[in-house]
Amino acid sequence: MSEKELGKKWDRCLADSAIKLGTGLGLGIVFSVLFFKRHTWPISFGSGVGLGMAYANCQNDLRSHYLQHRRQSVFI
Amino acid sequence: MLRACLRGANATARNNFGKTRLTNLQHCRHYTAGETSGGGAAKVVAAGLVTVGGGIGGTILYAKWDNKFRAAVENNVPYSDWLLGLALGPPSPKSGLPIKKQELAQPPSMMDKQTNVSKAKSEKKVKEAAESPASEMSPVPIQPAQSIEEASAEATHIISAISEVTSVPAPCDTEGAAVKEEYKDCHEHQDTSVTAAVHPDTESPTATEPLKERPVEEVAAILAQQDQEEQDIATSVSASLEESLTSSAKATLQAIGAQEAALQAITRHTLKLKEAMEAEVPPQEKSAQWKDLEAALADRTGAVNDAETALSKANEALDSLKSVIDKSKGLKVSAVRPLVLAAEENLHNMVVDLDKVVTKVHSAESEAKIVSQYSELVNEAKQQFQREVSSLTPEIQANWKGLTGKLSSDDLNALIAHAHRRIDQLNRELAEQRVREQIHIDAALEQQKLEDQKALEKAVSTALQHIKEEARLEQERKLSELREVMEAEMRTQLRRQAAAHTDHVRDVLKVQEQELRVDAEQVLSSKMLEQETRYRQLSQEQLDNFTLDMNTAYARLKGMEEAIDSHVVAEEEARKAHQLWLSVEALNYTLKTANADIPTVPLEGAAQAVRDSCHDSDFALALSSALPEESLHRGVYSEASLRARFNSLRSLARRVALIDESHNSLYQYFLSYLQAALLFEEKQEAPPAQLCSEDLDPFKLLSYASYCLEHGDLELAAKLVNQLRGEARRVVEDWLTEARLTLETRQVVSLLSAYANAVGLGTTQAP
Repeated sequence: MSEKELGKKWDRCLADSAIKLGTGLGLGIVFSVLFFKRHTWPISFGSGVGLGMAYANCQNDLRSHYLQHRRQSVFI
Repeated sequence: MLRACLRGANATARNNFGKTRLTNLQHCRHYTAGETSGGGAAKVVAAGLVTVGGGIGGTILYAKWDNKFRAAVENNVPYSDWLLGLALGPPSPKSGLPIKKQELAQPPSMMDKQTNVSKAKSEKKVKEAAESPASEMSPVPIQPAQSIEEASAEATHIISAISEVTSVPAPCDTEGAAVKEEYKDCHEHQDTSVTAAVHPDTESPTATEPLKERPVEEVAAILAQQDQEEQDIATSVSASLEESLTSSAKATLQAIGAQEAALQAITRHTLKLKEAMEAEVPPQEKSAQWKDLEAALADRTGAVNDAETALSKANEALDSLKSVIDKSKGLKVSAVRPLVLAAEENLHNMVVDLDKVVTKVHSAESEAKIVSQYSELVNEAKQQFQREVSSLTPEIQANWKGLTGKLSSDDLNALIAHAHRRIDQLNRELAEQRVREQIHIDAALEQQKLEDQKALEKAVSTALQHIKEEARLEQERKLSELREVMEAEMRTQLRRQAAAHTDHVRDVLKVQEQELRVDAEQVLSSKMLEQETRYRQLSQEQLDNFTLDMNTAYARLKGMEEAIDSHVVAEEEARKAHQLWLSVEALNYTLKTANADIPTVPLEGAAQAVRDSCHDSDFALALSSALPEESLHRGVYSEASLRARFNSLRSLARRVALIDESHNSLYQYFLSYLQAALLFEEKQEAPPAQLCSEDLDPFKLLSYASYCLEHGDLELAAKLVNQLRGEARRVVEDWLTEARLTLETRQVVSLLSAYANAVGLGTTQAP
């Protein structure tokens, strides 16, 4: 069902963003705690990275149909 | 409130300004004037309206009653005709009619006068035309009934010609007089006709009717009737004549007998008287003689009376006989004539005999008279002598002859002297008589002559009468004889003529018979010929009919065989068509097996069945092969499921409305979602006939599609949804394909069913 695709995409997107955000946050927290003396900037950085990656992934996923991937069929 | 204001205004004015009363008053006056002026104006207006309305109503009412006034008003006042027409309806057609009606109503006698005039005219016409007066009276009462209509028409013409009714006494009088005159004339005519012996009623029909030949039977009947009548009359007359004859004969005989008896009595009496006078008979017998004489006289008187009565009776009888004879003569019937003649003769004879006898009697009477006179004279002389003698000799009584012995000489002498004297006297008288003899004789002769003449005349007259009578009778006898002879001759002539006529008729009949026979034979031969030809014709016809029938029967048989064959073929076709139809119906039914979200059963089986049942039809085969594969293997979704799916799709499509190839970042997604949240469109909107560029907005499209779906138009909805672009299109792609599938399948199935129906209808044979 074509109508369910979007829903699926959003599910993936949310899941992915949740993971990435969480991971970023977590890594940020870890790095902040471990390496950067509990500054907040690694957390925000990490969450930011995570969010950004999630955003980019989401957007890419949603756009995927419109982007014609060149078939790499060059096997030398 | 106004007054309160006023008071307030006054107060303030007084407080503020000194001399503002005038203005206040003016104000008041203005107000009051306005009030009064307002009230007054209203009153005036109302009054004016009432007046105008009353005037108009009054004119309308009066115009309704009087049409002249209405006409005048309409002529003078411009739009009054419209108003009056509205109020009262159209005006009466002519103004002249009401006048006419009034005039007609006023003098109803005018109409009667007119009808009388026309009646008189018609009467006059009738009188001129008719021949007899009696017949006029009968058509006159009939004619007026017819002529009243004409008269009324004439009257209306006359009345319409005259504008006003003028008094009409003159024509009424004159025509009344004319009518009276005519009536008088009619009556006079009638009287004159009545005075005629024949009845006017019987006269008029015979006069007015043209004389037409009466049929033979009628004539014969009439003649027979007449003969019968004559016979009857003759018999009756003869009977009456006989009766009267017998009675008169009896009476006459009686009279004659009586007269004869009287005659005899008279003669006897006279004889006796003579004897008594002259005979010298001894006294004893004298009294006997006188007695006889008296008896004879009595006889004679009796006989004479009897004779007179008998004579009168006889005369009566004869008179009656005469009257009967006259009556029978008056009947003018020929058969009676001889009888009448005979009766007349008898009458005449009787009259003659009677007259004879009467004359005899008269003569005897006259003789008797003479003798009686003589006897009276003698008696008188005797008596005188007796008286003289008695005067001379009073003591002596009668019959002096026997007294010779008793008388004295003186008496005798006196007597002789008296006798002498008497003798002398008598001698003297005798001498005188002798002297006067001649004169006396002459006188006597004269007297006798006169008497004789009278008698003669009488006799002559009676004889003349008798002779006349005889002559007349003779004439009549001769006439009757002649008539008989003539009759006989006429009869012979008629007989001769009749014989000639019969001969002629016989000849004519013979000729006619010949002719008729020839004609009849001709007719017979022609009829025979006709019958022959007709017979031949009929037989030929019969033969032809028979062959025709045979041919028709053979043709029908052939036709029936062909029909049966074609029936068989047609039935085969029909069966096939039926089968096709059934399979198509089955296919159609399978389409209905879709439930809410479950597609239909695969249509493969049904499609195969259809394919099987339409080997020979390329069209059907093509159609059945045109079914989409998906529908065959998987089935199709029902419209309801598609509708439900669309409803859920719609919100999704709205949300991604802004996303397409160029705009597909998340931010765009966010905007698109915001737009979907904030934009409100119609849930369902009827799509226009032609889509313009504005309508290609996805929201609009979705509302159109929703409307179409709600109204069952899947095709249009699919078309509209097809117009979506970008992500929205991608989202509804599946739905669209499903919709396409469903539509395709449905189309094919409907085509197939239409085809099956057509084929089925085509194969059904019309009754």
